[in-house]
Order: sequence, then C-alpha cells, then structure tokens
Amino acid sequence: MKVAVLKGGRSLERGVSLRSGARVEDALERLGHEVLPIDVGRDLVKRLIAERPDVAFVAMHGVGGEDGTVQELLEILGIPFTGPGAAACARCMDKVQAKYSIEEAALPTPAWFAFNQTAFRELGAADALGRLEETLGFPLVVKPSRGGSSLGVKFAAAPSEVPQALVSAFSYDERVLLERYVEGRELAVSVLGDEPLPVVEAILLEGDRYDFEARYEIGRTRFACPAELSAEEERAVTEAALGTYRTLGCTGFARIDLILAADGPWLLEANAIPGLTDTSLLPQAAEAAGLSFEQLVERILDLALRPAAA
Amino acid sequence: MSEVPEPTHRRRAHTSTRDLERYAGLFAERTGVMRSSAMRDLMAITARPEVISLAGGLPDTSTFPPQSFAAQMTRIAQESAAEALQYGPTEGFEETKDCILEVMGAEGMLPDPDDIIVTTGGQQAIDLICKAVIDPGDVIVCEAPTYPGALSVFSSYQADVVQVECDEDGMRVEALEALLADLRSEGRRLKFIYSVPSFQNPAGVTMSLQRRHQLVELARAEELLVVEDSPYGLLRYGGEPMPPLYQLDGGDFVVYVGTFSKILSPGIRLGWMVAPPPIMEKVVLGKQAADLCTSTLTQYFVREYFAERRWQRYIDDLVEIYRGRRDTMLEALRTHFPAEATWTEPEGGLFIWATLPDYIDTSDLLAKALRADVAFVPGQAAYLDGRGGQSMRLNFSGVGDEEIREGVRRIGKVIAEQVELYGALTGEQRAPEPAAEPEPNVLPFRKAEEA
Repeated sequence: MKVAVLKGGRSLERGVSLRSGARVEDALERLGHEVLPIDVGRDLVKRLIAERPDVAFVAMHGVGGEDGTVQELLEILGIPFTGPGAAACARCMDKVQAKYSIEEAALPTPAWFAFNQTAFRELGAADALGRLEETLGFPLVVKPSRGGSSLGVKFAAAPSEVPQALVSAFSYDERVLLERYVEGRELAVSVLGDEPLPVVEAILLEGDRYDFEARYEIGRTRFACPAELSAEEERAVTEAALGTYRTLGCTGFARIDLILAADGPWLLEANAIPGLTDTSLLPQAAEAAGLSFEQLVERILDLALRPAAA
Repeated sequence: MSEVPEPTHRRRAHTSTRDLERYAGLFAERTGVMRSSAMRDLMAITARPEVISLAGGLPDTSTFPPQSFAAQMTRIAQESAAEALQYGPTEGFEETKDCILEVMGAEGMLPDPDDIIVTTGGQQAIDLICKAVIDPGDVIVCEAPTYPGALSVFSSYQADVVQVECDEDGMRVEALEALLADLRSEGRRLKFIYSVPSFQNPAGVTMSLQRRHQLVELARAEELLVVEDSPYGLLRYGGEPMPPLYQLDGGDFVVYVGTFSKILSPGIRLGWMVAPPPIMEKVVLGKQAADLCTSTLTQYFVREYFAERRWQRYIDDLVEIYRGRRDTMLEALRTHFPAEATWTEPEGGLFIWATLPDYIDTSDLLAKALRADVAFVPGQAAYLDGRGGQSMRLNFSGVGDEEIREGVRRIGKVIAEQVELYGALTGEQRAPEPAAEPEPNVLPFRKAEEA
C-alpha cells in the first residue's frame, strides 16, 4: 500500500512532528508499505494529487496539522487518513472549544476563563482579572488555547504574576485560558479505535513541572505504564477519558490528558494526534497493551481505511 | 566475484519503553546536567526557507572565492595527496602553527610554537582545557551572559559555573574580586576564568583596556588561570584595537583559544590553544584520547591558503561586509524596536545583544516571532541560572542587509504588540510607537563612521 506520511509543517512542534514521522515511516517500511514522506508545505495538495497515496498517515502536531486544516484538505481530496476527522481535530486543538464540550457533557474539568487578545486590547478585560482570580485561586495556570507539548503554559503564583504570564501565553496564540491549578497525578489515557489503552502516569523529578523538556528528554521523567491505580480510580479515569473522546467526536485515536486529584479525575485536554516519538505516551501505552510499534501503526492504518471495523 | 547484496536503507527500530529505561539506567551522571530545551526544538522551524534567521552565529562563507578554494585543493591533490590523507601529529603540523603565529602576530602576540596545539575548532580547545583541569564541582567563572556553546562544555564536566555580570566594558572585574573572596571563604576551588574579551558572544561588548590590565593582574597575583576565547579579534569595525589578555600576561596564566572559523571557514574545523607547557602536556594527552589529531586535510588547506598571502585581504573584505551589516542592523533597531528596548553597539564580531522590558520573556517571544518568520536566540541560552529571559542575541554576519532590515522589522512588530498588550493588561499606557530618538543606551562605543 502507498502511504503518505505527513510531517513537519511550520507549527512550533515541527521538531516533534519530524521525530514522530520518522518513526512511523520506519515502521511502515518494515510492514512492507510504500512510504511517501512529505514535509508539509505549499506543494502539499499538488504532491498528493500527483502521487495518489492510498492513505495518509498524519504525523503532524500543533497548528496546521492537528487542528483540522490538513484533515479538511484530505477529506476534500478523498484520501483516507489516520486519526480523528477535521471537526474533531478542530475541537481538540482548541482547548477552549474542548473545554466547552467537556463541560456540556458534564465531565469534570478545572474551572476556567478564556480571553482573546481583543478582549484586553479593546474591551478592557483587564478590569475583570481580579474577579476571576478570586474564583480560580492561586496558583493558577495560563495556557495558550491552541498549543501542544506544554509550550507557553505558565503558572502564576500571585496576581502580580498574571499579566506577564498572559503576555507569554499570548505569544503562542490569540486566545488563552486561565485555569484553576489542580494538584494531583499526571495521567494520560490513549484511546485506539474505541478501546482505552493502559493508563500512563508521568512521574516527575522533584520540583519539575510536566513541561516540554520533561516530555521529550529521555530519562528526565519516569513513566509508569500501566499506572498504579486502584480498580476504582482506573474506572473513573478511563470513563472520564472515553467520555471526552466520544464527546469531542474522536475516531481512530487520541490521547486524553488528565490530573487525578484526591477528589477524582480532572480533564485537561485531548490530543487529536498524540506524539509518536520515543518518549511519547501513546506508543508506551500500546506497548503495555501488548502492541509493538509496528502493530500500533498497522492498527492505526486499519482504522483509517475501515472506520466501520473499529 | 560474489555479489554482495546492496544493503537497503533502514532506520533503527522504534525504541521500546523497556529500551528507554534500560538506556536511562546506563546514562552517566553528567548527562543529567546536559539539558535539551524547547528552544532548541523550536529552532527546527528556522530551517524553513521563509524564515529569516538572525539566530545563527554563521560567518558568510559565500564571500570566499570558489576559484581560490579549487586551486588550493587541486594543489594539495597534486603535490601532497599521500600526506594530506594521512594521520598527523597530535599537536598539529608545524606549518599550521606558522599560520597561527601569523594570525596571532596580527594582534600583537608572539607565542612559542611549542605552546600551541591545533584543535578541531575552538570548541575542542574549550573541551580539552576542561578535560585537563575540571573535576565535578570545580568552579568555573565566566561572563554573564556568556557563549552558550561554552556552557554546554562546562556542564558536561559537571563544573559549578558562576557567572559574573558584564557591562559595556566587559566582565566587571571588581565583582569578580568580590566573588573570589566569597569562593575562598566557602572553600570552593576556582579552576579558571573563561572570558571572551573582544566583541563578546553573545553580548557584543569588548573588555576595556583598564579591565584587561585588572584581570591579568588579578590572575597573576592570585595565580589563577584565565581562558581567553578570541574568535573574532581581527573582525574589528571601529574603535582602537585592544591588546589580548594573552599579550598582557605573556602566556603565564592566560590560556589562549583561537580559531580559523570566523576568519576563514567554520567548515574546516580548525582552531587552536596556546597554553604553558605543564598544561599543554595534559591537553595533548586529552587530545590524543579524543581524536588523535586534527584533520590533516584541512590543515593542508590552511597551509596552502596562507601561502597565497591573501588571508589578511580576505579579512579586510569580511570587515567591510560585516561593518555594513552591523550598521544596517543598528539602524533597523533604532527604527523598529520600542523605546524601552536597549542594545549593545559592538565594535566588531558577529552579535548584537538586545534587552527588552522585564515583562517580556524572549523564549516565549520567539514562538511569536517564528510565526512571523523570523528567529533570534533567546537570552536564556547564555546563562545557566535562568537569567537572560529579557534579552536576545541577534546575528548580523550570516544574512544580507535586506534580510537584516526585514528581520528586525518583524521582531520589532511582535515586541510592539507585546508591549501594547502588557499596557492593556496593567492599565499602564505604553507607547507602542518606536522611539523617535534612540535612547542613549549606555553607549561608550564610538560609531563606526568616527573610527
């Protein structure tokens, strides 16, 4: 089968995407497929039309590749592709959209407020900051709405730190959200098809936050998979994750990140195209479920070609 | 003849979680301080053609005449193929040292050739001196900010790096004195002071003559080693030449690191170190262990190149080009950067160091700048202690005038947006407009045209 691997692009997670893409290409080759690697750029559509791949493996992260843009094009061109469809990607990529949907489905997500730059520049939203800080408490988390790998995520320990955290987060996106900080265990539930894979826990070095470096530096963070959870915890976590996956309309695969606090799971976000690098969580979870990386890739392709079989 | 099947290209199999754990268990303790960073990953985007990168530290090798390159390589092939393809002495060829003596002579230094070792770039010289003298926990003092590439070397030897504040006259030697007293009272062992005294990377500042004397006197009085890294000494665009620390000291306590990277080519990977014999002895042993010898082929290339007697003229050409680009960048900064920003006005070298209001984090700003297709090095890379978040290093040697102007304009625009946003967030009115008149940014530098 001729498989186009879409990777790179110009999102901030280009580097991560190139690593994901390389791993996927390798697995596809070993599986005996014809691989067409594409570093996504201006000639994407032209190349897809000329090369006519049977299926596209989307190994892109961040804006452009994970937000539905590329998926939309693939849908128009009638090329089956891996991972969620354009609409689900758009919902997952935008944390504000995702949180609206999660809340509507009555799933637990930390209290939050969202602002775009215009609100501050033109509508004097700064005057509302005090009130929302009261609601959320400190420390609070400031996140760009569309972003991945924890890029631009800032913690503010006091009101005086909020403006600077906002300026930083706004460097990554036009819209940011302020969120209550929930203390607990960092968990990720990957879903393949409609099946949850074993829960992965990121166990950080003391004093570390689960930031970009902690995610991708080998040996920096210890990952436990499956995470040590009681049966009850595991059920609560898995249910919350599956609920999120369905609510956002994901198909193929996705990874749901959440915090397990003393009072139960709190959903943070859904990743429509989770990382597939050496330190990424989806491959680890698959492995714990007995799937080698090649088997994982093959399964993802199957789901793209025969969605009904999921 | 039996047919050997051509091996097909294969990437390595995916590393499983178990492999990762196994490797992580193998890692030496020193790798724990070798940090990768989000910033380095973001730099993946700068490789895209639409991005104007002011982030690199690249000399403009397109200025080197290809005919000259071809002629030299042909001569080597015809006259010395066997030797040029052979191993060479660990210390380097005498003929390479003669070229080094010419370069150092141009800055008034006259070292004993036996004190010279030819290295694989100046970077290896930094590595070798650390290898010779640094035990884990030993203190290295350097400038704040300092060359990011040196910090990675220091970290890999698990040195305890202490950075001394710089101003427009370079490292503040009186602050260094106070620090030395503190270290002494804490019983900590200072192994050497690392300095880039001329047109420093990244700050672009040059240590004043008075400070140079102070530093050398301090080193001699306290019997401290100073490692003087001088990649850009001959790339001066204005002001009076300054004597290298090595010259002032005479080579007793100053170890000198030089390179052909910025005056000829970084691709040939040729640098050198000058050190007193006892240190040199250990450095040679270290070099032997590291790579036996520096590339003989490129040493032959340098020999041929110097034989043409045009090397100084080539530097003159570079100086002309880079001076123009520096002026273009300074002009663009005055036009496009906001009033709150300050920057250095280097008399030479490759870099300008700009500092923004303290509420702007340049590592985050880089994300925004990359979306506007422009890149710089966030200041944090030049510190090990998390400082530098408000500064950025801008390179003016690697790209042409038009790109410099456009690149600085784009950065200025994203800064202005952040300045305005912060104003809106805090209720402080901040002018997003660039300053009509440039701030007098503590500039002791004479403008190029006055030089």
